[in-house]
Amino acid sequence: MAEISPSPVEPSRLRRAFDSDFAYKFRTSPVAVVSATVVLLMVLSAVFAPLIAPYNPFDPGSLNLMNGFSKPMEPNAFTGDTFWLGTDDQGRDVFSTILYGMRISLFVGAAAVLFAMVLGVTLGLIAGYLGGWTETIIMRVADVQLTFPAILVAMLIFGIAKGVTPVEYRDQMAIWVLILAIGLSDWVQFARVVRGATLVEKNKEYVQAARLIGRTKAAIMLRHILPNVLSPVLVIATISLALAIIAEATLSFLGVGAPPTQPSLGTLIRIGQGFLFSGEWWILLFPAVTLLALALSVNLLGDWLRDALNPRLR
Amino acid sequence: MLAFVIRRVLQSLLVLLVVGAVAFSMFRFVGDPIDNMLGQERTQEDIDRLRGQLGLDQPFVVQYVKFLQGAVQGNFGVSYRQGRPVSDILMERAPATLELAAVSGVLAIGIGIALGVFTAIRRDGFAANAIMSLSLIGVSLPTFLIGILLIYLFSVELGWLPSFGRGETVRIGGWTTGFLTESGLKALILPSITLGLYQMTLIMRLVRSEMLEVLRQDYIRFARARGLRERAVNFRHALKNTLVPVITVTGLQLGSIIAFAIITETVFQWPGVGLLFINAIQFVDIPVMAAYLMLISVMFVGINLIVDLLYFAIDPRLRADKTAAH
Repeated sequence: MAEISPSPVEPSRLRRAFDSDFAYKFRTSPVAVVSATVVLLMVLSAVFAPLIAPYNPFDPGSLNLMNGFSKPMEPNAFTGDTFWLGTDDQGRDVFSTILYGMRISLFVGAAAVLFAMVLGVTLGLIAGYLGGWTETIIMRVADVQLTFPAILVAMLIFGIAKGVTPVEYRDQMAIWVLILAIGLSDWVQFARVVRGATLVEKNKEYVQAARLIGRTKAAIMLRHILPNVLSPVLVIATISLALAIIAEATLSFLGVGAPPTQPSLGTLIRIGQGFLFSGEWWILLFPAVTLLALALSVNLLGDWLRDALNPRLR
Repeated sequence: MLAFVIRRVLQSLLVLLVVGAVAFSMFRFVGDPIDNMLGQERTQEDIDRLRGQLGLDQPFVVQYVKFLQGAVQGNFGVSYRQGRPVSDILMERAPATLELAAVSGVLAIGIGIALGVFTAIRRDGFAANAIMSLSLIGVSLPTFLIGILLIYLFSVELGWLPSFGRGETVRIGGWTTGFLTESGLKALILPSITLGLYQMTLIMRLVRSEMLEVLRQDYIRFARARGLRERAVNFRHALKNTLVPVITVTGLQLGSIIAFAIITETVFQWPGVGLLFINAIQFVDIPVMAAYLMLISVMFVGINLIVDLLYFAIDPRLRADKTAAH
């Protein structure tokens, strides 16, 4: 990605990175620049949420029930406090809950994709390089899993994992279970692409040379083949991130994801939906818009990355 | 041909056996059925007796075969939460989901194909471009937000349509239908749009791109040259030849409609199988989860199989190289 520039100690390399095709394509695409800026801003505000947020919505001591249902930008009728985006029924500042919710959403999304990526790339490499029955088993499992929609698989894994966890830890473990569920529902993409690329790479001369000088199978896979199959992986990872964020929001919205004690954007939307009929639209609207902006910009960025890195992928 | 069919059927059966093993493992390893069925005050004899009764002292494989026998006969045990046989609960809930899915499917296919043809014929028209841009939003909006948006617009602001439930239903035998009452039909509108919208945009975009491809072909030019009417060219010659990929995708999407009904049913509190499944996950009601898993996988595997065979039957070119189909 363009944000990761080489170390500034070597100006020539920085210069070269800036002048590269990739950087040029990035600079000249308004969609890419805008969506990258939005994503970057959101990631930063999520990371620094405790510093930016005017209130800590999870500190019961700072909450005042009298502040409940304050409208956006209007002073509260009882306390006179003003909140940018209003407050919910318990007097929590909506802006602050969104910042903290984005934190959970982004963390779960990124961790799930990372997990799926490591698992998928590993299995794809093994399947592609070793072949034989290992490949058959891995790719058959992938085929079967691909028959079902990812969200359904994630729900089932969540349900089973929840059943295995002891009751008293369920809320604490929910975030990790969520990461596991979304990650396991998403590895197939990575495995299929990496296996395909590995099948092409493993017959090239540099692999034969490495085999000839006696490098182990693990070393060949990790040090020689892996670096050469990574660029499609990066593209899939970005698109998966958008899907994972939406999957997390959907699960949390359905009540089988992040618990109310650690609300993600999906949980906030679920809470907000309850106030739709009584006219408190802001509790629902702002988290929903945030989720949309986040998912849409990650998606656009992924699309752009796909076109820039590898036009052959679809 | 026959070998292909047999292989596909065998593969499907294998998939079902694997899913059955997963469902069975859920019973066996997630929570202890003995714990669930016996109270706090129990003796070792009680436990052993129940274990013998349930067949839990037998080898894993024997238990698995017994589970499969039960599953084939529709017997999935008793719901931990409601204390009634799972099959009864499923039968009660199935009509709601099936009616919703059927209406969404018809909407998605009908409107999707119509809009796809329209946008392909009037490629550069204003309306066609507007529809295409709108469809992009339709694809990127999460289903549950579409549902909430529709509820806000048509239930809260305009007050035209109900925001939850099925309305009044009529009982015909073991089937409850919402098709026969006004409130039942009204209640169907918003959920079916929510559920069908994604599939509709997908079918529309697919039909459009296939049509554009076909309209460039020589035989279309010849059809025009023969003086056929525009309608005959577009529908009898062009549309017919786009149908192979459309049928494949549509078939696979029908399965997803049932799966995504979970989300729609939760937004609209629609009393169907999906809502049942979500509640089962929340309360870790293993028998219901296992039954739903089996039910949906039979459906998915069945649809996949039918689509594969259909694909094969429709397009004679595929029969030539059957290995490429996989």
